[in-house]
Amino acid sequence: MSELGKYAPLTYFQLMEVSLRELLVEKGVVSDAEVDAVAADMKSRGPERGAKVVARAWTDPAYKQRLLADGSAACEELGLDVPALRLVVVENTPAVHNVIVCTLCSCYPRMLLGLPPDWYKSRNYRSRVVREPRAVLAEFGTRLPEEVAIRVHDSTADMRYMVLPLRPAGTEDWSEERLAGIVTRDSMIGVALAKTA
Amino acid sequence: MAAEALAARFKPGDRVRVMKAYPLGHIRTPYYIRGCSGVIERICGAFPNPEELAQMRSGLPAQPLYRVRFAQAEVWPDYRGGRDDTVDVEIFEHWLDKAAE
Repeated sequence: MSELGKYAPLTYFQLMEVSLRELLVEKGVVSDAEVDAVAADMKSRGPERGAKVVARAWTDPAYKQRLLADGSAACEELGLDVPALRLVVVENTPAVHNVIVCTLCSCYPRMLLGLPPDWYKSRNYRSRVVREPRAVLAEFGTRLPEEVAIRVHDSTADMRYMVLPLRPAGTEDWSEERLAGIVTRDSMIGVALAKTA
Repeated sequence: MAAEALAARFKPGDRVRVMKAYPLGHIRTPYYIRGCSGVIERICGAFPNPEELAQMRSGLPAQPLYRVRFAQAEVWPDYRGGRDDTVDVEIFEHWLDKAAE
């Protein structure tokens, strides 16, 4: 609690962001209200959107096929707007585990998972998960047997990716809503598994 | 997808090699994958060339974009992990050449 109210100078990038934003407002390119509305919209989206998609795919095989064939269109079916970008959904199976990164910057399926966690944008994660994915997954507590193939997806251009986690055993009679409750952000990035407990 | 787009030269399953080039500018082909060969996993569509967009130009005609799948053991000589481990990277067509089978 002692951190509250403590003065800390802005970092280089924070200062650049404030300067640029103030300039854009001053020049009339955008208004303060527009900036606030976009920020509020971004903050209002969270991983529960992706969880809804996953739970539907787990309970509806036909939906799952549509989702894997065209992620953006399948999200629209659930009323989720996936603007201008193309979503590729990659499916975990007992033989294949998928994990997502953007080694160049921090491309992330914000429309389904909200704002990315800080570690996703860190140089550590971005440089290492592509080179030693098993070691990085282990640091998240995810240890996979050697015979499970790991597929890393580097979102370097116009696609965005989401992992469809493996449905945990013992959830056969669960409702879609209850299933959505166990689908975590990290399981849709691929650094964790969906678990019942 | 942009209306003004080049037709895709490659199809899924084709073996391709990423150019080993180091031009300046806004390049979305990661360093670590340059010079590596892999297999076209899918055609993503055609998108304005980001290298041109970064120079405030139109980026048209749109460049075909592919997802290319590489074997990790070939990308990293000291890779420790399964032989079936892969990395998929999105690469624009002008960075790809046909590779020997």
